[in-house]
Amino acid sequence: MRGGPLGRLLAAAWRAPGGRTGLLLLLGFGALATLAPPFLTDPATMSDVTAGAMAPSMAHPFGTDHLSRDVLSRVINGARISLVIALVAVAVSLVLGAGVGMVAGYVGGAVDAILMRLVDGARAIPRLFLLLLLILVWERIPLTALILVLGFTGWLGTSRLVRGEVLRLRHAPFILAARSLGASPYRVLRVHLLPNVAGPLIVAATLGLGEVILLEAGLSFLGLGVQPPTPSWGGMILEARPVLITAPWTSLFPGLAIACTVLAGNLVGDALQASLDPRTA
Amino acid sequence: MTGWLLRRSLQAALTFAASLIVLFLLMRITPGDPLARLEGDVPLSPEERSMLQRRFGLDQPLGTQLRHYLAGIARGDLGVSIGHYPERVGSLLRSRAAPTLLLGGTVLAINFTLGAWLGVLQARHRGRRLDRWLTRLSLAGYSMPSFWLGLILIALVSLRWRLLPAAQMTDPLLPADAGALTRLVDVVRHLILPAATLSLVTIAGTMRYQRTAMLEVLRLDFVRAASARGLSDGQVLRRHAWRNALFPVLTLFGLWLPVLVTGSVFVEYVFNWPGLGSLTADAIAARDYPLLMGTAMLASAVVLFGAWLTDVGYIILDPRVRDP
Amino acid sequence: MSALSVSNLRVRFPRRRGEGWFHPVDGVTLSVEPGEMLAVVGESGSGKSLTCLALLRLLPPPGEIAAGSAIRVDGADVLALDAEGLRQLRGGKVGMVFQDPAASLDPLYTAGAHVIEALRAHHRLTAAAARARAIELLREVGVGRDRVDAYPHQLSGGQRQRVMIAAALAGEPTLLIADEPTSALDVTVQAQLLDLLGELRARRGMAILFVSHDLALVATRADRVTVMYAGKVVETGPTSALFADPAHPYTRALLAATPSLNEPDRVIEPIPGGVPDPKAWPPGCRFHPRCAARFEPCDTREPEWFPLGAERHAQCWLHGNANGDP
Repeated sequence: MRGGPLGRLLAAAWRAPGGRTGLLLLLGFGALATLAPPFLTDPATMSDVTAGAMAPSMAHPFGTDHLSRDVLSRVINGARISLVIALVAVAVSLVLGAGVGMVAGYVGGAVDAILMRLVDGARAIPRLFLLLLLILVWERIPLTALILVLGFTGWLGTSRLVRGEVLRLRHAPFILAARSLGASPYRVLRVHLLPNVAGPLIVAATLGLGEVILLEAGLSFLGLGVQPPTPSWGGMILEARPVLITAPWTSLFPGLAIACTVLAGNLVGDALQASLDPRTA
Repeated sequence: MTGWLLRRSLQAALTFAASLIVLFLLMRITPGDPLARLEGDVPLSPEERSMLQRRFGLDQPLGTQLRHYLAGIARGDLGVSIGHYPERVGSLLRSRAAPTLLLGGTVLAINFTLGAWLGVLQARHRGRRLDRWLTRLSLAGYSMPSFWLGLILIALVSLRWRLLPAAQMTDPLLPADAGALTRLVDVVRHLILPAATLSLVTIAGTMRYQRTAMLEVLRLDFVRAASARGLSDGQVLRRHAWRNALFPVLTLFGLWLPVLVTGSVFVEYVFNWPGLGSLTADAIAARDYPLLMGTAMLASAVVLFGAWLTDVGYIILDPRVRDP
Repeated sequence: MSALSVSNLRVRFPRRRGEGWFHPVDGVTLSVEPGEMLAVVGESGSGKSLTCLALLRLLPPPGEIAAGSAIRVDGADVLALDAEGLRQLRGGKVGMVFQDPAASLDPLYTAGAHVIEALRAHHRLTAAAARARAIELLREVGVGRDRVDAYPHQLSGGQRQRVMIAAALAGEPTLLIADEPTSALDVTVQAQLLDLLGELRARRGMAILFVSHDLALVATRADRVTVMYAGKVVETGPTSALFADPAHPYTRALLAATPSLNEPDRVIEPIPGGVPDPKAWPPGCRFHPRCAARFEPCDTREPEWFPLGAERHAQCWLHGNANGDP
């Protein structure tokens, strides 16, 4: 059931020129992230600790950082971390958002009013601040907690979206028909309402991917996200700050990696959105 | 209209109250000892400790705590900062507001002039090379992490080419008797890089939004009818298309504020710009929970104000809403 | 010299999938003499609206006017005009009124503002003079002074359309193109507007090209009627003659499908089949799939334009043979 709208949307994204680039980029990064580590230098082995930061060369295509670690392999490992974080966090947001949205829309009444008021209140607080307030609870936040926190701060907009759709369709004839046949609310939500929201949800998810990657990088840059020695793009940029001028490649490549991944997500999300509403292409 | 205005303002106030409640819940529900979080590493005297306890009513039921908390805020009492102890959060926020307003205001101005103009340009040349390239460039800008972009600009423009200062808002070596014009130029020179960084990242969204809005409007019948009356293309664009395309851009204003607030944290941190963003960064480094709460509250107030302003803008500009 | 002379007008749009173009307007020839009202009648999909838009080169992109078309207003070649010339023509010599007045007026501007804007696009007037003239024009079309500063959403449908007409008159046009101006309005209002157009025509000596899908509406007011079907003109002639004895089977079918108060007991016969898709015009005579009178050449060869005397023409094999003889 879910393969239907997702498959259609992916095909639509593939057709659009920007979308195809985005999909290819994402697939490329994903492939690198999952397959690469055995192929390249293990970043933990320091070839020559005293060598320090070296400019890009044949042996080290992205150069080495101040601790003589190969930048390319760190970027690839960072990709693994960032992509996993982003995908899981977005999945968590989707589930939470869809869940809350459907409940609020379907049940209505006071529950809906209170829930939505709180959601609006939370949405007024920029996501970064919510993240900061939650993360500061830990000294060094464990990865799982980071992912959950990211996911937990990202469902607000989605819930509004889903609620809107549910409200729109709640009194549609096909819903009434299902209910008259004795379908339970759970079934109505899952089988009838959910597929109708799938399209906008998928678009929101793809665009949200980029947002999470940027936030995670930013948090790591502030020292709050992924903790060293686990490589993360934001963390690499943080560590590279003292050698910004002397070893610019240490800041350049991680940042480029972030930009490319986020761009890919945005391209795909854009293409999907255009396919849902082609008048603005 | 006044009735509507009152209702809308009440709605904004209620949502703000909801934000405060959410912040309160965040503080109370997250694991750990809130008091320890509130006092940080600073040793508190018994009086200060009990003041904090009373202030946050930590031994009392949740409902009472919430009441005290809200009442405190209504009084303007946002607590005491840990990192900048013993300064009060409220006065800290006030003292650092101006530089952020300057930076944010500049970025907004750039967005709404340059960004809107580029978006209109894209709509006008829809599908052609200019449009496609502008889209690619803007998407690229949109995807870059602001702190990274800032670092690159610093590395190139400040450190390599020595064109502009790398940090802060003013030159600490400026003589005390420097004239107003010199001071002004000094601030502007310091403003350019951080403003450029934030603008590059946000202008993409503005352009895309304006382009879409413009395309929608250009399809409308009354635009074609205006051409049929003998108006030149430029006139049609200026008199009819643009004004009608303004509405979505107003919405943009409401949407953009959160991005600006978030982005300014990173950009101010990287450029050491003495505003609320770097204050937030300080708060993070010092684990200054009360200060962080304060900035979060301010951030949501700003966001809600932006949304309110947008709606008011609609009402002023659109006669259909004004007197139906 | 005709107020409007159109010859072999073809409008083309690129096909969405695949190569090439399709022609929703495929060889329209018509003319309007000074002071006369020509009604262009056809169903949706006949290409009549696109024809109107083409006359002022207002086709929505990616549509374009195909080569071989000729449009002349008062003798001047419209297709050869540069940007400024075109701008002057629009709302100047040729005024245009559209179908949906609610959508054709900018919701942010008052009624008066629309007329003033049109006035100042064509005359050099001070703000005060323009306003005074706008009030006059609005009065001429029947919009009172109290509505001059009203916004479109505060006006009724009929009033909005009158405002559009006033704005179209601002440039003192010799030709007014009205693309189904009454279709979105109530029946009583329709009659009022048509009376207004008739008055304006008499008073100003203006030619009017009136497009409609409603034959009955134009029966009493138009001097001549041109019937369009599937992108082509199928019949044209003086109104009374055409109505009394329609030459083309399509015209006959249209009349048969129109209820009339004069013949309350006549059976209304719908035309079987549907309007063809512009992307796939039928071969031969485009009406042949639905024509009760079709015979041998109809499904293979497009009929020629056969004259029937007294300014009447019909594009139908019934009225001529391959030699062009009637």
